[in-house]
Amino acid sequence: MNNSKNPSIAKGVDALSIWLFYLIALIGILSIFAVEYREGDNIVQSILGIKKEYSKQLFYLGIYSILGVVILLTDSKIFTTMANLLYALGIVLLLATFVPGLGKEVNGSHSWISLGGGFNLQPAEFCKIFTLLALAKFISRPETNFTQPKSHLIAGSIVVLPALITIMQNETGLALVYFCLFIPMYREGLPPSILIIGFALGVLAVMTLLLDKYILLAVLTAIAVVAIILLRRQFKRNRNLLSMIILSWLLASGISVFAVPYVFDNVLQEYQARRIYALVGKDYVRHHGLKAEVQTLSEEDVKHRKAKAQSTDYNVKQSKIAIGSGGLFGKGYLKGTQTRYDFVPEQSTDFIFCTIGEDFGFAGCIVLLGLYFLLLYHIVTIAERQRSAFSRVYAYGVASIIFFHMAVNICMTIGLAPVIGITLPLMSYGGSSLLTFTILIFIMIRLDADRHMILR
Amino acid sequence: MSVFNQSRQTVVRFIFAAIFFVIIARLFMLQVISGKYQKLAQDNAILRQVVYPNRGIIFDRKGNAILDNTIMYDLVVTPGQVKGIDTEALCRILKIDTAEFRLRILNAIVKNGRSRPSAFESLLSPEMYARISESIFKFQPAFSLQERPVRSYPYHAAAELLGYVGEVDSAFIRRHEGDGYQSGDYAGRSGLEAAYERELMGQRGIKILVKDNLNRPQGSYANGQFDTAAIAGKNLYTTIDMALQEYGEKLMANKVGSIVAIDPQTGGILALISSPTFDPNYLTGPDRNKHYAELQRDPALPMYNRTVLALYPPGSTFKPLDAMVALDQADINTSFGVYCAGWYNDCGIPKRCAEHWVGHSGDMTTAITWSCNSYFFTIFRKIIDRHPGDVEGGLMEWKAYMNAFGLGHKLGIDLPGEKEGYIPDTAHFNKVFGRKRWNSCTLVSMGIGQGEITETPLQIANSMCLIGNKGYYYTPHIVDSIAGDDTTLRKFKTRHETTHIPADIFEHVIDGMEGVVNQGTGQNAKVPGIAICGKTGTAQNSYKGIVQKDHALFSAFAPKDNPKIAIVVICENAGWGGNSAAPIAGLMIEKYLHDSISDDRKALEQRMMNLNLIPDRIYLARDSIAKARALAAAEKKKMDAEEDQAGSPDDQEGQLAPKPAPGATAPKATPGAATPAATIPGTKVHGAMTPAATTPGTKVPGAVTPGTTKPDTKVPGAATPAATTPGTKVPGAVTPGTTKPDTKVPGAVTHPKKPTSGDSSNKKKDTSSAPLQNQAILNSSEQKKNKPRPIV
Repeated sequence: MNNSKNPSIAKGVDALSIWLFYLIALIGILSIFAVEYREGDNIVQSILGIKKEYSKQLFYLGIYSILGVVILLTDSKIFTTMANLLYALGIVLLLATFVPGLGKEVNGSHSWISLGGGFNLQPAEFCKIFTLLALAKFISRPETNFTQPKSHLIAGSIVVLPALITIMQNETGLALVYFCLFIPMYREGLPPSILIIGFALGVLAVMTLLLDKYILLAVLTAIAVVAIILLRRQFKRNRNLLSMIILSWLLASGISVFAVPYVFDNVLQEYQARRIYALVGKDYVRHHGLKAEVQTLSEEDVKHRKAKAQSTDYNVKQSKIAIGSGGLFGKGYLKGTQTRYDFVPEQSTDFIFCTIGEDFGFAGCIVLLGLYFLLLYHIVTIAERQRSAFSRVYAYGVASIIFFHMAVNICMTIGLAPVIGITLPLMSYGGSSLLTFTILIFIMIRLDADRHMILR
Repeated sequence: MSVFNQSRQTVVRFIFAAIFFVIIARLFMLQVISGKYQKLAQDNAILRQVVYPNRGIIFDRKGNAILDNTIMYDLVVTPGQVKGIDTEALCRILKIDTAEFRLRILNAIVKNGRSRPSAFESLLSPEMYARISESIFKFQPAFSLQERPVRSYPYHAAAELLGYVGEVDSAFIRRHEGDGYQSGDYAGRSGLEAAYERELMGQRGIKILVKDNLNRPQGSYANGQFDTAAIAGKNLYTTIDMALQEYGEKLMANKVGSIVAIDPQTGGILALISSPTFDPNYLTGPDRNKHYAELQRDPALPMYNRTVLALYPPGSTFKPLDAMVALDQADINTSFGVYCAGWYNDCGIPKRCAEHWVGHSGDMTTAITWSCNSYFFTIFRKIIDRHPGDVEGGLMEWKAYMNAFGLGHKLGIDLPGEKEGYIPDTAHFNKVFGRKRWNSCTLVSMGIGQGEITETPLQIANSMCLIGNKGYYYTPHIVDSIAGDDTTLRKFKTRHETTHIPADIFEHVIDGMEGVVNQGTGQNAKVPGIAICGKTGTAQNSYKGIVQKDHALFSAFAPKDNPKIAIVVICENAGWGGNSAAPIAGLMIEKYLHDSISDDRKALEQRMMNLNLIPDRIYLARDSIAKARALAAAEKKKMDAEEDQAGSPDDQEGQLAPKPAPGATAPKATPGAATPAATIPGTKVHGAMTPAATTPGTKVPGAVTPGTTKPDTKVPGAATPAATTPGTKVPGAVTPGTTKPDTKVPGAVTHPKKPTSGDSSNKKKDTSSAPLQNQAILNSSEQKKNKPRPIV
């Protein structure tokens, strides 16, 4: 392909990525078809009519293929030059959702902008691309020295800013995606301790939600004591070590006992706090220091909450049944009863993986996961062969975003992660999700085609 | 810079791989190791729908359908969808309260789960159906109406014979494992419905449907390749003559007993009547459970099919059989005669004979005609003593004849639970008397069909077939053919040649039996124009050791040559066989052979239909049950009232309790009075009356009462003042039961024993279930256990 005498669009284009892109997208369309199709439906008519979800998805794929060609035809310099501008645009759009009249509430989320004519735009979806471009741009600047904490801070802010806005929009799931952009930062030199500390803080926060704070305090104390006993010989050589352990113990305890409850009770809105608690399957009860408030929960409230918790629970249960009942080789295409008869809610969007699990069983899942793994592995390889830091950071970012989406989505369906409404890349039904990943991947392919250039 | 951190790509790749590994491990666990999800998915999505076939129809010998299928409706509920419907409105239509509503929903959940439909109210009455169906749309989808095929009986007859169809219980399901019954299914529970359940039921079909998350069927599963179609039940063509059956039931109204009529040429049963009976439609429809309980409680046991379940001493109807054995085997011929002047004296204690005039036992034929006891005592002893010194051998030879005649074992009729009857063997007597300590005199009463011998009415009728056919019979059966099935009924087509008794012996016996009707004891059975050969029987019997009024029996076949009908009529406790049983048999034969009753016999027909022969003790038991209920209700009322009063009930009782009646006032004129537990209202107690209280259950003329009492009750003697029952604290005057019309009660019947409360409850036990026969007690006691005992 990499033939300089053939100045076509295919010059330098990575064929494997495109193959994998179409393969996974088609598997997705077949899965959506399996969810929707009933015996006797006229398939040709449905596809031409673009009424059914599978036909819509096929239509989107066609349109987006054209968009992909357009991207491949652009000059890759455009991405570096436009990066900051696009980022600014993204932030503005994100903030626009808070403007009365523009913003639209859909299912309790404020992340939509009404475009009129029934079309809604969710800027958080596209803002991922802009943020990634901006991050790549920042790191690849010649004046950036990514060994300095200052640049770490700036890079971190680029990522966290849209995430925070998205959290305020009540789209915690989408917001979490931004944090996976720390992976390319790590690749570029972010000290692993930051990742580890961040990870530890995340675990701590989740633990705070899950465990009683006194139990957590005891666990933390025990960990500190064990650490001191194990490392006591090192103290003479490294005087800071003891104080570091004690300091982190104090910090962790403080966060878990005071900071987290404070944030939940005073910083976050009550419904936000409740949502976060719901992720770990718990009821949130706001503490105002007045016990009376806790007890005067109306019966209706309790019922409502229970129903909500149950419905989340129901999704996961049915999805587990669907996947589990597939067995080793599955029930066969179009034979899954769970996925075809509406037992799993959000079947064609968030829970599309169930169709594979039920119809094709463990073997089918392995094949699909293999395709994803191949794609991710290949993207990392692509990233590593770039001469330009911009392209490398970008490719790592694409891999991270696809990885995060895929891992969280599948873990959701098999009961390993809370249901937070994250789509399965390229497979889930939905125009904007497919569009995002199309753009992400085709920009990467475009950049890779120019991998001998050094982009600034 | 990038070169510096290049090794970190491995870390990133490792993180990716690790997460993939976790996901794959989890998938492996879910999909391969844990097996429960397949079943969960099946439970979710598979709906097995049973398709009920139409039950087979039963036809009579003329091709009329004795029963038919109609459709009734069940109101079924899916508990999971009840939320949000107008419960109040539904309760108003069904006339239940919301507590009952909740209870039923709860029951439904327990029975079939939340998402499967179960019956909320089964077999709606037509009015109820009309009212619900017009507003069912308000309660859908939680409630819906489901078709339920139900039997209907256009003839309102032959209830015991046909049996009933009822919901299967867990014991039934266990017994018929593999036949695919589920709780909620219906199956034949007695009679022909039970005997031919397999044929009548047909084959249930199963439709496997897939359903969605809201339990809505989404079409067949796997294109219906696992579905099975329902196959309708097979029709039964019986030998029953419904006109005769109906007529017999009319004749047996107000009598306890049975009629069995058989076509001797084929063994096909023409009529099978057990009285009292009930309308089979009574056990279908919305009130069937209530009615079932009512029938179960009736002391006259209307659901007890006496024709095959009750055992009677055959009495004199047995004599022709003895005669045949004697002629065939013992050294006598038909001209053998005995001298009888009313008594048989050869065995110590003299035994009475009905006839006194000399010559009624001059030869075999006249002895049968006049039913001479002495004659049959004599020939029976000749049979037993045939081998001198070997009574056992003689008895066993006799028994072999009897067994060949179809006695002492099941005949094999196609009805469930047929009884064997009893022909005693040597082992029995050796056990009772000891070996070598009995002789022909010990057994002598068996010669006239008394003693140990018992037979079902069916066996008696069958022996008439045997005599009429001169030596063979076919197994009595009801079903002649089954549509599309030739093998099941083959056993009914085999001729049972019984013994090698020559035909001329039969002719003599038949001549004797013809004489019975023409000039002998059974003249009441005579029908002009039909040569009837019959035999009366008057069987002594006792109930719980107490001698009861004799059973009246009459067995016959007609016409004399090539008989077309063999019949037995039994009227329990009706006295002499010639009076009641014989005319009924005559009417039945006339009805069958002439199709109608001649005008000059209409009066007799009417008289027999109106004749009331129900034993008193049944009225008594009915009364006492009704009374016990009234008492219990009244007591409950009183107890409620007493709770407000200061005095404890025990104190009051002590004051109210009268002194026991002086023992002398209880005359022991009747055997019934000998046992304290049994008070038979028929016993006439003349003598001083006690001012003491009477026990419930006895009729107190003075205090008679809101019940249906016959006006002409003769009450000589003073009525008891304030008849109260000690221990019950309720005025005995409450007698809401039915009182026997023509009972003559010359004074209060007093209980010979001190009427304590314990005693009266004892008595209740005896009278509440009055099986008609000591042999029948065994059967009825099973029923008694299930019967709610009245609390007094």
